[in-house]
Amino acid sequence: MKNENYEIPRKTVKEPLFHLVRRDELPVWRVWCIRIAAVLLGMLVSALFINGITKLNPVAVYQSMFAGAFGTPGRIWQTLKEMALLLCIAVGLAPAFKLRFWNVGAEGQILIGGLVTAAMMISFGGKIPNAILLVLMFILAALCGAVWGLIPAYFKSKYKTNETLFTLMMNYVALQLVEFFVDIWDKKQSHSVGVINAQTRDGWMPYLGGQQFLLMVIIVALLTVGMYFYLKNSKQGYEITVVGESENTARYAGISVSRVILRTIAISAAICGIAGYLEVTAVSHTISSLTAGGRGFTAIIVAWLGKFNPIAMTLITALLSFMSRGANQIASDFNFNKHASNILIGIILFFILGSEFFINYRIVFRHHAKKEEEN
Amino acid sequence: MNERTAVRMENITKRFGPVVANSKVSMNIHYGEILSILGENGSGKTTLMNMLAGIYYPDEGDIYVNGEAVTIASPHDAYELGIGMIHQHYKLVDVFTAAENIILGLKGESGTYNLSEVNKKVKEICDRYGFEIDPAQKVYEMSVSQKQTLEIVKVLYRGANILILDEPTAVLTPQETSKLFSILRAMRADGKAVVLITHKLNEVLELSDRVTILRKGEYIETIPTPVANEQILTEAMVGEKVTLDIDRPLPENPVKRLSVRHLTVFSDENIKALDDISFDAYGGEILGIAGISGCGQKELLEAIAGLQKIEEGGSIEYYSKDGQTRQLVGVSPREIRNLGVHLSFVPEDRLGMGLVASMGMVENMMLKDYDKGRSPFLDRTQSIKLADEVKAELDIATPSIETPVRKLSGGNVQKVLVGREIAAEPAILMSAYAVRGLDISKSYTIYNLMTEQKKKGVAVIYVGEDLDVLLALADRILVLCNGHENGILDARTAKKEEIGIRMTNLQKEAEA
Amino acid sequence: MTLTSFIAWIAAAITFGTIIMYGSVGEILTEKAGNLNLGVPGIMYLGAIASLAGAFFYENGNPDAVPWISALIAIVCALIASFLGGLLYSFLTVTLRANQNVTGLTLTIFGSGVANFFGGSLVKLSGGVGQISVSAASSAVRSTIPFLSTALGRVSEILFSYGFMAYLAIIIAVCAHYFLNRTHVGLNLRAVGENPATADAAGINVTKYKYTATCIGAMIEGLGGMYYVMDYVKGTWDTGGGLEALGWLAVALVIFTSWKPRNAIWGAYLFGFCYWVYLYIPSSIFAKLASMLGATNTTYMQNLYQMIPYLVTIIVLILVSKRKRRENQNPASLGVSYFREER
Repeated sequence: MKNENYEIPRKTVKEPLFHLVRRDELPVWRVWCIRIAAVLLGMLVSALFINGITKLNPVAVYQSMFAGAFGTPGRIWQTLKEMALLLCIAVGLAPAFKLRFWNVGAEGQILIGGLVTAAMMISFGGKIPNAILLVLMFILAALCGAVWGLIPAYFKSKYKTNETLFTLMMNYVALQLVEFFVDIWDKKQSHSVGVINAQTRDGWMPYLGGQQFLLMVIIVALLTVGMYFYLKNSKQGYEITVVGESENTARYAGISVSRVILRTIAISAAICGIAGYLEVTAVSHTISSLTAGGRGFTAIIVAWLGKFNPIAMTLITALLSFMSRGANQIASDFNFNKHASNILIGIILFFILGSEFFINYRIVFRHHAKKEEEN
Repeated sequence: MNERTAVRMENITKRFGPVVANSKVSMNIHYGEILSILGENGSGKTTLMNMLAGIYYPDEGDIYVNGEAVTIASPHDAYELGIGMIHQHYKLVDVFTAAENIILGLKGESGTYNLSEVNKKVKEICDRYGFEIDPAQKVYEMSVSQKQTLEIVKVLYRGANILILDEPTAVLTPQETSKLFSILRAMRADGKAVVLITHKLNEVLELSDRVTILRKGEYIETIPTPVANEQILTEAMVGEKVTLDIDRPLPENPVKRLSVRHLTVFSDENIKALDDISFDAYGGEILGIAGISGCGQKELLEAIAGLQKIEEGGSIEYYSKDGQTRQLVGVSPREIRNLGVHLSFVPEDRLGMGLVASMGMVENMMLKDYDKGRSPFLDRTQSIKLADEVKAELDIATPSIETPVRKLSGGNVQKVLVGREIAAEPAILMSAYAVRGLDISKSYTIYNLMTEQKKKGVAVIYVGEDLDVLLALADRILVLCNGHENGILDARTAKKEEIGIRMTNLQKEAEA
Repeated sequence: MTLTSFIAWIAAAITFGTIIMYGSVGEILTEKAGNLNLGVPGIMYLGAIASLAGAFFYENGNPDAVPWISALIAIVCALIASFLGGLLYSFLTVTLRANQNVTGLTLTIFGSGVANFFGGSLVKLSGGVGQISVSAASSAVRSTIPFLSTALGRVSEILFSYGFMAYLAIIIAVCAHYFLNRTHVGLNLRAVGENPATADAAGINVTKYKYTATCIGAMIEGLGGMYYVMDYVKGTWDTGGGLEALGWLAVALVIFTSWKPRNAIWGAYLFGFCYWVYLYIPSSIFAKLASMLGATNTTYMQNLYQMIPYLVTIIVLILVSKRKRRENQNPASLGVSYFREER
């Protein structure tokens, strides 16, 4: 500081070492460099964590995880299945979040979609042709999921009721409903439905080319591409962007805000319902309180981090599916429980979340600023 | 006069990204004087003072308070140094009472606070300078001028000796303004340093002892007020001679386009925002609307645009060019469009209502007609063409027509908005505070666009805050007073003082 | 319904309510600072597993374990773990300005992962489900006040039959109420949540307040997790994920209380009442409802009655959103990161 003749004023505080400045837009490649660095750091910390409990060195950790996720064709399909389910939900949530509607109720919408599918399989399996049954179940699962989402959406559009908690509570209502029906359908008092139509395979999604999950992966891919064009090029997608950005602008433009909210959430929840349908008809062929398996929450993070961009969302789901499949592999290798995957997913997500800061802000050091001026 | 220096700023520079808000500014503030900081919008006045108040931190330069070099890293530091700033957007907590706002951030001796003691001290301050506030009143129940009073009391309560007021009169009536000025004079007499950030020349000349002028972030000069006059100040502020005249041709064959009768509207807070408004608007003329901000201007335009719920008995009739009459009450904006009503509206909140901030020009161009045609998909070709035209015609500075409009400067944002609304070839063009935040040359661009529309036979409704501009631009002026229509005057003959009085005193009540 | 079963219902409601009271009082403090922390379940999980692990490693193979020391260890571990959870959340949302909703959800995923992973391991270490027992700590937490707990008959049963943690929750809620409404720091904190720019301009260190409120809030939530393990499930590990639902109910309770800790006391017990309604409503009513719905086995219906707390929350949410008093709304800047130089 200049003027050393002055006494240090009693009210002077220490000069701040640095302060923050909001960045202008960074070039895309630098944004992705930051994100990839964050993911790598997250993976390193994850590896250290696994190292702490298994004494595996980090390279071995990822070798083992890689083997778990991609080691055999079967495992690759398992990873793809995991990806497809998660991506399907994230694709469903994307329009809701674009609307700034915090749909935390994907879990419930999945359960309801799954529940309806299971009910149809039990009631109509073998009584109507399988193809018709599959289509019917698809439509009903979407419809019932939509209804589950429309309830909070209605109150949001009418009274501005907090949708975060409303959708969250709807999850538990759905969960209890599933438990109720599981008990009703359960013939052996085992509190589980068991594999539905295990012999006849009625209502099961057909195996394309012998692959159980191929058709499901195709359906999800189509949904993803469709959602991309819906959001980007359709008039309804335009309305979603306008309403999400500013309700006042929407009203000014003559867009009915409540209609857009209801329609968008119906679509969002319907796709989540379809995710439940896929889980039941293509994957587990049963229904239980674990059918949604927390994916509804993970998908929120995927949709948000991916900024509703399907390519980014696909990449993130790939990463998370790899981590979770890999963690499960390590869990089974070392005989501990599979909750480890949630720890790893948490770690990775923390790093990605933190990295957004370095994309949006710049730290300016006091001396650095002076140097900049000289340049 | 006491010439003791309160603050000395030396070579202060502040940047926001690529924008240099202040460049090597040096200036002094004395105790016992009122100093005006004069500059246009965007000249860096507020940014400079924010660095004294600890809101921003300078990138370069030194600040001395009472002769000592200081670092003001936070508002807390500013308070410790006796600097208090009354911001243009009041920094008050709405759900708190006046007293709670006053003691906010102070450290009590016991940790808990005693409101009766606070009230006593507040009363002392009020008595000394002539304020009136109720310590138990909640801020959200206060009028704008009450909030401002509270802000000043808050700063004084903290023992500030250096007060900075940012555009304090923007939201006040002339009567409230003169009251504020007498309070500021009382503070000067009390030996405090008072800084007034403003762009209004009459205030500078009326109140201050010295005036420091900034232009485009740079220090121009400091003039003692007695030797200043409007011409000198304007030149220093603008940098070049500007003609203050606005071209105003006489209306040609005015045709009635809009007839509003008995319009009553309640605001979101369930307060009567408009009370029984009636007027006509003619094609080929500019109808100016004057009033203190928040007196129903917003609701009036929004009601016509179909964005407000209109109470029973109100009527808005639109007379189309082919001689048909349309009732606009109870009709949504989209239905108004579908009725073939050519109504354009430039709202006050540009990025929050008129445009979508995250979208580029192209997508903003289609905001009002994106749904035309039967295809479920957007047709971008028309919008791209329109965006290119508007960009070229209004000389809009943007890297590309796809750049999100929030990244454009205020003037360019406004041009995008006005450009779209004019391109729709309206029969009625409404605009609210169309030049707010724009510099003088951009403001003139807007005035000229309005006049051009008028020449084309459009009925222009122009809500403004600068009475001088309204008197020079409009043909007739409708004065709003607290939601009431308080006379429609001929702008060519009306006196500014008369409008000022009508803005605050309801004639009908006075007559009754 | 008999008086005895009614009293049992009250007792169950209070035990249940205590857990979510900790959660919601902690979250009220956090939200008053403008931080919407959806990581409450995760933080409660962290507190729960840390307390269990702490007590377990002290008691395991230590036949002379002193109950109150074990309980103290559990509390300290819970506080540390939940503090770290709050710190992580604050760092991400306040310093790095990450999205609060997403950070909170991630924290919940992470917390439940950590807790269930180590909880599962502890279960295995001690030889299977239900085997792990921190009886000393649990008994200390559950021990009632001598004399008072029996002296007054029924009154004692209703009022004094709980461990000290139940009373601590009330004390914390009352203190939080006093703190928010009577102290300078509380006033400043409320200002931070309402309008951080104003608070900042008034010389309040917004970052410090947000950090402190979130971390202290998290520690209170962590106590809820600890109480869950030590009292509610009596010193074992519940692998069923029951704590997560309680954590979300705690978040819901915050809205129910209109962000007033005072209301959290009775609100929490009311939620407890609703939660246990299915066990204490006379079975004749059950049977009637069941037959109306065509269910043959009345126990099936319990699944539906368990919806009640969630349905009540939903109804309350709707009612709250319909009433518009300014004082009962959420802190105005809830969920928004603050950056002083935002233009």
